[in-house]
Amino acid sequence: MNLSLALWLTQDAVVNGAVYALLALALIVVYTVTRVIFVPQGEFISFAALSLATLQNGKVPGTVHLLIATGLVVAVLDGWRMAKTRDFSRLPRLVLFNIALPLAVAALAWWSASRPTDVWLQVLVTLGIVIPFGSMIYRLAYQPLASASILVLLIVSVAVHYMMVGLGLVFFGGEGLRASIFPGFNFDVGILTISLQSIGIVLSSVVLMVVLWLYFGYTVYGKALRATAMNRIGSRLVGISTEFSGKLSFTLAALIGAISGILIAPITTVYYDTGFLIALKGFVGAIIGGMGSYPIAAVGSLLVGFLESYSSFWASSFKESIIFTLIIPVLLWRSLGKHRIEEEEEE
Amino acid sequence: MNPWLPVGGLVAVLLAAPLALSEFQIVLLNYIGLASIVALGLVLLTGIAGLMSFGQAAFVGVAAYTSAVLTTQYNMSPWLTLPVALVLTGTLALAIGAITLRLSGHYLPLGTIAWGIAIFYLFGNLEILGKYSGVAGIPSINLFGLELGGARELYYLIWLMTIGASIAVRNLLDSRSGRAIRALKNRVTMAESFGIDTARMKIVIFLYAALLAALSGWLYAHFLRYVSPQPFNLNSGIDYLFMAVIGGSGAVWGAVLGASILTLLKEWLKDLLPYLMPQSGNYETVVFGFMVVLFLHRTREGVIPYLTRLMPRKDKPRPSLEVAALPRRAQPEAGGTLLSIDQASKSFGALQAVSNVSFEMRSDEILAVIGPNGAGKSTLFNLVSGVLPVSSGRISFLDQRIDRMTGREAARLGIVRTFQHVNLMKNMSVLENVALGAHLRSSSGVVASSLRLERAEEARIMAEAARQLDRIGLGDRLHDPAGTLPLGAQRLIEIARALAADPVLLLLDEPAAGLRHLEKKALAALLNDLRKSGVSILLVEHDMEFVMGLVDRVIVLNFGQKIAEGTPREVQSNPAVIDAYLGGIE
Repeated sequence: MNLSLALWLTQDAVVNGAVYALLALALIVVYTVTRVIFVPQGEFISFAALSLATLQNGKVPGTVHLLIATGLVVAVLDGWRMAKTRDFSRLPRLVLFNIALPLAVAALAWWSASRPTDVWLQVLVTLGIVIPFGSMIYRLAYQPLASASILVLLIVSVAVHYMMVGLGLVFFGGEGLRASIFPGFNFDVGILTISLQSIGIVLSSVVLMVVLWLYFGYTVYGKALRATAMNRIGSRLVGISTEFSGKLSFTLAALIGAISGILIAPITTVYYDTGFLIALKGFVGAIIGGMGSYPIAAVGSLLVGFLESYSSFWASSFKESIIFTLIIPVLLWRSLGKHRIEEEEEE
Repeated sequence: MNPWLPVGGLVAVLLAAPLALSEFQIVLLNYIGLASIVALGLVLLTGIAGLMSFGQAAFVGVAAYTSAVLTTQYNMSPWLTLPVALVLTGTLALAIGAITLRLSGHYLPLGTIAWGIAIFYLFGNLEILGKYSGVAGIPSINLFGLELGGARELYYLIWLMTIGASIAVRNLLDSRSGRAIRALKNRVTMAESFGIDTARMKIVIFLYAALLAALSGWLYAHFLRYVSPQPFNLNSGIDYLFMAVIGGSGAVWGAVLGASILTLLKEWLKDLLPYLMPQSGNYETVVFGFMVVLFLHRTREGVIPYLTRLMPRKDKPRPSLEVAALPRRAQPEAGGTLLSIDQASKSFGALQAVSNVSFEMRSDEILAVIGPNGAGKSTLFNLVSGVLPVSSGRISFLDQRIDRMTGREAARLGIVRTFQHVNLMKNMSVLENVALGAHLRSSSGVVASSLRLERAEEARIMAEAARQLDRIGLGDRLHDPAGTLPLGAQRLIEIARALAADPVLLLLDEPAAGLRHLEKKALAALLNDLRKSGVSILLVEHDMEFVMGLVDRVIVLNFGQKIAEGTPREVQSNPAVIDAYLGGIE
């Protein structure tokens, strides 16, 4: 291995690590706020990347139809609840977010499909398609089980993951797609060639992390999420509803997933099930951070990026098994460093 | 309901089934039986003990491959490969368990995913295992000259083993070991303070679940007569967990039910969906995922608990008291030094919870530790009972250093405690909760329990538990779930559980809290009785009236330091104590 190859692998590692770090962040937000280990996080990536690519091919992606249908189901369920309690004060919100918004996105998608060169519009539509799924999925799959055990929530996550992967296959088929956002542009720094795409990814990750840090540290909603993460009952007593925090954290997860999907769409071919493996590596990063510490999770994700990039050079067919086997020592170290007696969950 | 009734019904239906069913349906039933055996292990591991594993499919695979290779390449009889497969899988499980089970909480499932994936890749890459194309031509099982070649013949063997394994697990749960296993979920501190080696218990049931998976794998290899890596991948591991959770991961029969529901659902979707949606056949996983979510929304505990709620509850009989009592330990001579605390300190970071506290306690004494909130009483308690190690100083019990002991070691010496926050297993009956206290006075293990060889000892444990419950006046609530009793009664159950452990030193953390006046009087009378029988009692209490009438001496703590010691009367008139309780006048 020579220096330029090492540098090239390092660049690859940093770019991948940046994406994993974003996903680790999303997984930690969702886990701490709702106790859900959100296995389907990766599907947001696939949905976003494939929707973007489909739009560039001049077609309206199937995810748009799914969005309209899911919104309708939410509207009907919540509308039914409102009809039973005769409290219609939130009806305009319900209609706006679950019927009007998906329809508006659909209209935009249809328009965008006829303009295959308008990249910014496609990105906007992709965000519009994927982000609303966050709160809808929370509403449909998790909200009725908000007080269930972590195990039940995990099983639900796996089931939702199955559904979304299945739908991804239906919408996009088994063929992989690749989108192009900006014209390829590389520049040389010494012996290393750096692509604009990779700079974009790392930069976007850093910016997003700073924004989230500001959001959690300095806004009321961000603080509400942190409060829920620390003490669910306590925050409910001061008026932060579990439902609201759940939806907000899932929306954040969807946002992060959508942005990650858009970022990786140009650098790799995305298949309907690509997201899962990417999210799993983000999960490894999150675990290194103990599902609680954002900075350690970010460092952990970078570590995963390095492991992946160098092991794919030395033993490419064992790449995945190396990453997943090497986390066992990490896990051991984490669980040894932890306080012996855990907080005991009530039955 | 008689617990054997559904078993009998199931057995009758299963015996008759092959007469009425087609070959294909028999094959399905065989798959259900095979999956049930694996899911049973997960009920034990995940549902009862709270340890999540996604990796069981790998254990199934190890056993299946072992038998496949040994029978095809070394011409061994399947009956010889069964023990080999069990030993090999068991050894692997012990090695993996030793590493993974130290992981706690959500690290554990990820750990199991990791080794599940690793073992799967191993199957696909090893030359001797035929790489991804697998091993074919595995012989069938020969039972006393009867060739179990077809699905119909093997059906009886598979279901015999399924039912047998279910009964074994059911027996296990209803035993001394079973109670210890149930305490692994969320009650580790309590279990340790009654002498249960929770780390060892975790390994034991992990091994138990792996051996069940191995049994299923061995049957699988000789049923399909062909093995390849695919059925042992992570997805199968997830499916097994699905089965346990959907059936009801807290109940033995949930495994069989969950396996049936999932296997049939998948089969049904395979048939039905192409018919409903002929244009594309990819909706299977979507509908499957949807059904699972819907199931859990309707019955989040799984189907079995939902069904049992619909059934009328029939009380079990009172345990007979006409059995030999459990052995008792010799109480130390009255009046000698029992407990000696010398300059004990405990700090949590910068917080000095207990600092330089010293006092001595005689045997047959009732000693109270009092103090305002945050005075360090409970921390002191945790130091004596071994829940926390001291930061400095020494604590001895009958001339033996105990300040670095774990709760389990302290329990062996006869130091038994109750908890300030009631620490009962709420879904278990009052009787079973108290029976847990007698863990160290009995010895039957997992194997004896599974085979029901420990009934004599079990009867003695139950008699002891019932006796202690009679003593505290809850003899008429033996079979109620502990969580349904009022808080005051739950505190009394804690005391009964401690008594069942035959204590030398009884540590009571606020025993009178939540009790009514008459109940307090009864409790005081009970404690006096106990003292007469040689038990020494150290209690933490807030209720002055209760303390003053009962105890011999009082230690007063404030801000982690001892500020007074003496008879109740002396302490009551001590200005420092009045100052601490009522607030000083500056």
